[in-house]
Order: sequence, then C-alpha cells, then structure tokens
Amino acid sequence: MSLDPSLERTHSVVRARAMEGRVARRRKQRAIDWLAGKYFAVSGTLAIVFIMLIFIFLAREGLKALVEVHPMRFIGAVTENVITEKPEFTMTWQPVSETPKYSLVPLMAGSALVAIPATIFSGLVGLACGIFLAEIASRRVREIVKPGLELLAGVPTVIIGFFILVSVASFLQEVFHASRRLNAFVGALGVSVVIIPTIATLVEDALRAIPREIREGAYALGATRWETIRRVLIPTGASGISAALILGMGRALGETMIVLMVTGNAAVVTSDIFKSIRTMTATLAAELGEVAQGSEQYHVLFFVGMVLFTITFLLNMLAELVISRMRRKLTL
Amino acid sequence: MSPITGRGGVRARKIFGRFAEGLCTGTTVLTVGALAYLLGGIAAGGWRTITWDFLTKAPENGMTEGGIFPAIFGTISLTVLMILMALPLGVSAAIYLNEYAGHGLVSRIIRAAVNNLAGVPSIVFGLFGLGFFILFVGRGIDRAFGLGLLFGQPAMLWAAATLAILVLPVIIVATEEALLAVPASQREAAYAVGATKWEVLRKIVLPQARSGILTGAILGVARGAGETAPLLFTGCAYFLPHLPVVQIPHTPVWVINPFDQFMQLSYHVFIMSTQSHNPTEVRPIVFGTALVLVSLTFLMNLGAILWRRRYRRLLEEARV
Repeated sequence: MSLDPSLERTHSVVRARAMEGRVARRRKQRAIDWLAGKYFAVSGTLAIVFIMLIFIFLAREGLKALVEVHPMRFIGAVTENVITEKPEFTMTWQPVSETPKYSLVPLMAGSALVAIPATIFSGLVGLACGIFLAEIASRRVREIVKPGLELLAGVPTVIIGFFILVSVASFLQEVFHASRRLNAFVGALGVSVVIIPTIATLVEDALRAIPREIREGAYALGATRWETIRRVLIPTGASGISAALILGMGRALGETMIVLMVTGNAAVVTSDIFKSIRTMTATLAAELGEVAQGSEQYHVLFFVGMVLFTITFLLNMLAELVISRMRRKLTL
Repeated sequence: MSPITGRGGVRARKIFGRFAEGLCTGTTVLTVGALAYLLGGIAAGGWRTITWDFLTKAPENGMTEGGIFPAIFGTISLTVLMILMALPLGVSAAIYLNEYAGHGLVSRIIRAAVNNLAGVPSIVFGLFGLGFFILFVGRGIDRAFGLGLLFGQPAMLWAAATLAILVLPVIIVATEEALLAVPASQREAAYAVGATKWEVLRKIVLPQARSGILTGAILGVARGAGETAPLLFTGCAYFLPHLPVVQIPHTPVWVINPFDQFMQLSYHVFIMSTQSHNPTEVRPIVFGTALVLVSLTFLMNLGAILWRRRYRRLLEEARV
C-alpha cells in the first residue's frame, strides 16, 4: 500500500510543524526555568542583604554621634558635684540636660545585670528541661511537654511584662525585701521566661544528635541512665549546650518590652540586683520616640543601637560556629 | 569499676539517679506550669471585661471606658499586610536554600545569616524601620516625586515591612522543613520524564509542601501579632479617632489604608499599663486587651503546632 505523494508531503509538514512547536515550547520552558533560578538566587541572599542593611543604616546615623560627641563622653565626663562643688568624674546617662551626659556604662551595666543572671538561671532550668525532653520523657509525654514549651515561647513579651508588673513584682518584693518593686531581678526573671524555651530546645537538639551507640556503650560499662547523662552525654553535647547558652544570652540582651516595663528604668551603675536599672534596649525604646530626628541625642541612640546589634551579632555568630563544629564532630 | 560509673553500690547509684532525674522532671513541670500560671492569670483578670461591646467599640472617655475594636482591627490589618510581604520572600528564600544552594559555603553563610536575623533584638528592628523604611525609602520617594510628606512618615506600610523582616526567619525555617520532607525520589522521577527544575518545583514539590508553608505562615503571623518594640517608632498610635481605612474613589468599597497610623493590641497593653494617668482604673481594660492578644497568638500557635504534628506523622507513615 503506497501513500498518496501529496498526502505524504502534508504529513511531513505537519510533523515538522509539530517538531517546531515542541522545540519552541521546550525553549520557552528553559527560559522560564532560567528566570526562576535567577529569581530564587536573588531571594536566597535576602537574609544576608537585610543583616547588612540593618548594620549600614544603624551605622549611618550612629557613627555621626562619634563626630558630634567626644568618644570619651561615652564612658563618662568630669562634672561639678552639686553639693561639694568639686569636679568629679561621673558615668551617667542624662541626655536631656544643659550638658548632656551620654555615658553608655550604666546602660551596659544594666543590660548585663539583667542578661547574666537570666542566662545563668535559664541555663540551669533549660538544661534540666532539655535533659528531660531528650533522655527521660517517653515519646508521649514529650509530645505534650514540647508544645507547652513552644507555646510559652510564643507568648508576646508585652504580656509577660504586664503580668509581672501587676501580679508578680509585688510578691517578689515582699519575698526578697527589695527596696524597689521594679528591679533588675524582676527583669531577669521575666527575660528567663522568654529564653528558657529557646535554651531547652537547643539542649534537646544537642543531646538527641548524639548517636545511640554512645549511650549503649555507657550502659555496657555499667552506668545507670543518670550516670550516662551526667558523664557521657553532657560532656559529648557540651558544645551544643554552650551554644544554647550563648544564644540565650543574646536573646536576653536584646529583650526589650519586659525590661522596659519591669526594671524601673533608672540609669545607675550598680551591682545590686534588687536595684532599679536601665538597659540599652529600654533606653532606645523609651527615648527614640521623643527626640528630634537628626539631633545629637538621636545619633547617640542609634550609636547605642549599633553597639547592641554588634554584641548580639557576635554572640549569634559565635553560637553558629560552635554548633557547626559540633555537627562536624558528631558526623565523623 | 569503669570511669563513668559513680561510687557506691548499684542500689545507691540508682536511687541517686532517680533523684537527679526527678529534679529534671520537676523543673520541666514547673516551667510548663509557669505557662499555665501566666495564661490562667491573664484569663482570670480579663474574662469579665470581655463583652461584645468591648470587642466592637472604640475607646471612650479618655481611654478609660469603651472597647478595643480599633486595636483589634489594626493588629489584623497590620499582620495581613506583613504576611503578604513576608510569605513570598520567605518561601522563595527557603526554596533557594533547599533546592538550589547545595551544601557549600554559600548555603552555610546564608543559613548563618538567617539564624542571625532571628537573633537581632526586636528594638533594633524598630530603629531599622525608622532609619531605613521611613527616613531613607519613604523620604526618598517623597523627594523623588515631590510629594511633600506622604511616604516619609510613620505608617502601617512601614510597620508591616519592618515586621516582615522580623518574621522572615520563622517562615524560612518552616518552609525549609516542609521542602526537605518531600522525598527526593519524587523529584528524580519528574526529572526522568524531562521536567525542568521549575516544573518540578511548581508541580511536584510546592503542592506537597503546602501544609508546611501554611504552618510557617501561621507561626509568622502569631509572632508578628505579638511584637511591640518594632512598632514603637514605625506607626503605632496611642489613640486614633478613626480606623486606618480609606474609601476607593467613586465606589462604596473601603480598604485598609497602609499610609495611615494604627492602633495595635500589644502596644495598647504596653501603653495602657505603663503610661496611663490612672493605672488602677484602666487595669480591667488592659487585662481584657491582654486576654484578647494572648488568645489570638495562643490559638494560632497551638493550631500551627497541632497541624505540623499531624503532617509530620503523615510523612513518617508515608516513609515506612
């Protein structure tokens, strides 16, 4: 059976057309695919871009402060004592006065007096919670407790601040006979509520990343479960646990609303945890809304923000390094 | 005696272990108890305040009476605007990380940046929102088009944009987990029949990752709804006599006005509990506002956690 030649020609034309169509479609698909790849590559760098933008725009305003204010004044200034009328070196934060005083020392001391106790306390509690979740709790118990911790982490900080302000602070004042109702201790406690879940989750991750063989080895040597936790798992997961503490400390330094509401906001240099203090974050929150844009104090506040950002950035990077080192060690 | 076992008899060591483990368990119970105490305290203080009028009326009589409707409206509009900006960006970034970046140096740097962004203090976002969005971008647009002062002032748009950056890590991490859960074999099968990478993404990966992405979106919204510090300088108002809405010209349709300032629940709690002239008198209002805010974020978080658990379980079953 032979085909009509004319029909055969039509046939091949149709086939060629179809081929052309397929090639064109393929080309279009390739182009879309290429575009998509470029688009996602750009999106992928967003986090880096934003981190850089944050730093650039803090520095843009903050570095002007270094020109306007002598750097020494960020530590302290020589002023005349009102009572003795003698000059003395004071470290005070008093931006609204005839000669503004911009010492960052009381603010940094205040931040430290909240963040360090909070990290120690949350470290102990978070470690216990992490150990419980990773090693002690049965699967079913963990599935109830873990969401509980996640929900605690999700409570807005302003709620924690408000609740402490109206119902916990007075109780604590009575218990500890503190002279001030709102003080660094209350702040540290509030901040702990926020960072305990963070630390607990990271400790749990660190412990669960340890291979089962290591536990079994310890049991084979006759260790009880607690001895395994205490002498094998905690030392093995030490880097992960320290990363958890570093990150917790970063969060504690950056916490704003709770410390703004419950630490009393008195900018003094003190090591008494029951005194009212003022943190860097609370200073920014309380003052930046009030100052004129482009004024000296405005630039100084951005400088404070820059210092705060730099500290938390370094802490976060350190934790990142520690965690990645741990991962490499455990996969080897 | 091996170096890792303690001293004393097996019995004593076991009892000591029980005791130490009990301490860990007790601490955990207390921590979860703190959550219950906090929620219970807010609920006990606020439930009497919550009435239909409280939820639907504006504050009256110098903020000492009336409801919190403008704050609820502001919170919802703000978070909607925020998630509209954050979700596309976050999902795209996660797609790049999981599908394109591989495991090299670039992906490690990006991951470090994402984690770092999650740890930036929220007040720093407030400064950034003011310095970048309002003063640089906003004033820049105004200057370029000679608009006077339209974009370069605190507004819901800039507050939402600031919050969007803040919740970006939440969305990236959740989306990445969802993408990671899609089996590699399915991608390979699609490649084998000639699909391009984009087709594989759009037709195989994204449809299956939908639940996970939704979870991330809900977690992001819950996080954004509870934040206060980034809003302090970017557009939150103590009191506004009108809602941030605008009528589309020549139509009866009203829409959210992103250039207006707004009231917001968490800011309302903050300002009413610390700056009010009469803190004791307005306390029931603050408790009521706090209860509304906590309920919103709590329910969203709970929903996201339960939903995530369900699909994680489904995935585990599918793997077996």
